[in-house]
Amino acid sequence: MEKEILLDVQHLSVGFESYNAKVEKVFFNAISDLNLTVHKGEIVAIVGSSGSGKSLLAHAVMNILPDNARTGGTMFYKGELLTPERMNRLRGHEIAFIPQSVAFLDPLMQVGEQVVGTLGEKARTLQQKAFEHFGLKQSVAKLYPFQLSGGMARRVLLSTSYVAETEMIIADEPTPGLDLKIAIEALKDFRIQADQGKGVILITHDIDLALHVADKIAIFYDGRVVETADTQTFRGDGQGLKHPYSRALFHALPQNGFNLQRCPKCGATCATWNVDEKGMRCGCGNS
Amino acid sequence: MADIKYDKTGNCGSFGLNRRREILLIILSGVVFLSGVCLWGLLMDPSLYAPDYEARRLAPSLSHLFGTDSLGRDMFYRTVCGLSTSIQIGLLSALISSVIALVLGSMSAVFGGRVDTAVGFMVDLCMGVPHLILLILISIAVGGGAAGVITGVAVTHWPNLTRVIRAEVLQIRSAQYVQIARKLGKSNWHIAAKHIVPHVFPQYLVGLILLFPHAILHEAAITFLGYGLPLDTPAVGVILAESMKHLAAGMWWLAFFPGLALLFMTQLFDIVGDYLKILIDPHSARQ
Amino acid sequence: MAILEVKHVDFRYGSGPWILKDISFSAEEGERVAILGPSGYGKSTLAKVIAGYLQPQGGEVLWEGKPLPPSGFCPIQLIYQHPEKALNPRWKMKDSLEEAGVPSQEVLTEMGIQEKWYERWPNELSGGELQRFCVARVLKPETRLLICDEMTTMLDAINQAHIWNFVLSYAEKHNMTLLAITHNQYLADQVATRVLRIPELNHIQVDRSEL
Repeated sequence: MEKEILLDVQHLSVGFESYNAKVEKVFFNAISDLNLTVHKGEIVAIVGSSGSGKSLLAHAVMNILPDNARTGGTMFYKGELLTPERMNRLRGHEIAFIPQSVAFLDPLMQVGEQVVGTLGEKARTLQQKAFEHFGLKQSVAKLYPFQLSGGMARRVLLSTSYVAETEMIIADEPTPGLDLKIAIEALKDFRIQADQGKGVILITHDIDLALHVADKIAIFYDGRVVETADTQTFRGDGQGLKHPYSRALFHALPQNGFNLQRCPKCGATCATWNVDEKGMRCGCGNS
Repeated sequence: MADIKYDKTGNCGSFGLNRRREILLIILSGVVFLSGVCLWGLLMDPSLYAPDYEARRLAPSLSHLFGTDSLGRDMFYRTVCGLSTSIQIGLLSALISSVIALVLGSMSAVFGGRVDTAVGFMVDLCMGVPHLILLILISIAVGGGAAGVITGVAVTHWPNLTRVIRAEVLQIRSAQYVQIARKLGKSNWHIAAKHIVPHVFPQYLVGLILLFPHAILHEAAITFLGYGLPLDTPAVGVILAESMKHLAAGMWWLAFFPGLALLFMTQLFDIVGDYLKILIDPHSARQ
Repeated sequence: MAILEVKHVDFRYGSGPWILKDISFSAEEGERVAILGPSGYGKSTLAKVIAGYLQPQGGEVLWEGKPLPPSGFCPIQLIYQHPEKALNPRWKMKDSLEEAGVPSQEVLTEMGIQEKWYERWPNELSGGELQRFCVARVLKPETRLLICDEMTTMLDAINQAHIWNFVLSYAEKHNMTLLAITHNQYLADQVATRVLRIPELNHIQVDRSEL
């Protein structure tokens, strides 16, 4: 039986207004025509190089983009249209966001309080359990964000999703700077939460990490999801992958040979080729 | 269907006023107005505000916009002249002050150690003493007059900007690309000219402009108290001090208009500085 | 004789906890060494100490039997994890690329650096494109040891393989020594002839709860 769709993103685009040297307003697209579906009980990893705009997808879903951003497209959550107003109601309750940076924590509030948030006393015991779970001393709850190391802050951020009774978790690069043991622990948690029927979006630049835990891998390139493939297809010889870019990515992994295709005409590696919906080819004119 | 608005408000390439051009225009008109007042006062025929015993103690009218005083001097032209003097003195003292800040701030950041401690001590010392008292003391010590005012203001207004420049230089010196430049064999001279100065200069410029209103107000204040410019100069401080004697006689315009003009002008400097800050601050560049 | 000798190096910031304690190893000319390990063991700090960005409190780093020259083009060059921090945001790409002279045509072509990028600003290019500039900038005959500190960690696998493949062939051709610092076992096995594990190298007590 096909699992129920939790979040459905259709034709999402995100662009920004900015100014050029001639003080003219210019517009550039960071995400264009992106489609993504997350089912209940599933971890979908969005994999792409850092700085390619993956985080913007999360920010667009959570409705926390900066003021100069313009978005287009449609989103559905549990089959109903996800309007910005509805998102604002769901954020932190049904949908939890684990941001990439400590900068998302309130600098003037003790981190324990931030984890509990508006969820009341019931959440406090959960917060204590979460801290214990992620190897944080209970005294950390009384600290302010600037007193935390990078890894501690990340574990505090992870605790926020642990406390809320969420149906969906969007985690943006949750593991860099974490001790390996804790990172694996955090990923196991995502697995447990997914097995309870929640949906998880894991945004990461680390494809090994994604392969480790995710059910599906969405290959993100240049503001689009090139292909969403079952994690299984990344095992073995990678022949199940549909898009040439995904296949190139597979073969470029150090554990899969570290190989790159070269253009038969000019010899340029496929890292320099152009990628579109259909495939990838070298810019020298040879297909 | 689109639940998220997608309004492309960017007036790309047109001549319409976008936010950025608006800011540029405000800055430009502010600068033009201020330099206009400065030049007007400089080139003004002194007979315009010479005593005219036929027209004494006149209330504001069309022929005497700001009225006349007990000697029959036209208060409008006197005020313009006074503002011009203030701008010139403000310009000179702010410039000297900012150069002191630039030298001390850079030295503090570059040499560190004892030099840093010494500069920090001087900053604290200067900020710990009430500005006005220090200003009056220095002004008297130098022998009063314009030279006294300029020295006094210049010597007391550098601490804030020194701190800003020290922080900026420290930050850029530890930037990875500057450290790399050093390892690429680049000389200190190259690094200072190509990396550090272009980074610090905009901050310096804003600091300099934001110094003007302080310098001008302090010049007016000590002149008003009688420790500043001589009584025969057309200065706002002198005008205000004289007007005190006549306020009880109902000649409200003697203090009202010059005071208002002084306030307006210092505000204008503040606005120009603040908008310039917005313009060069990369974080606000996109708004 | 080893061209690089790291002898009993200790390091800490100010009077903070020791980050490096009694680290010793050496590398032969043309050798490719990987330092492998999870975060929190001072890998990046070690890279900066070897490259001369930081001075160790104890022990020494010797290059051809001598300390590193304090000025001039350093024979040891370091590539960082975040290329966007290694480029002046106020400089066009061409200026950054040519800060230490124009790279050879071979490097530019093989790196896939396009001339249309020259007039762009760093924030207009992707991380993979920026890192190519950072690598091309230091691939010169004067560079004898290249330290790659998580050079491709933030990049996709294709850009990773692209940059590494070229760096490896360049190192081979010019007998340049390589020191790869990474957390990725597979990558270490691919690029290095010898793998050192930092937890065995660095004799510090790591408090895992404070990481």
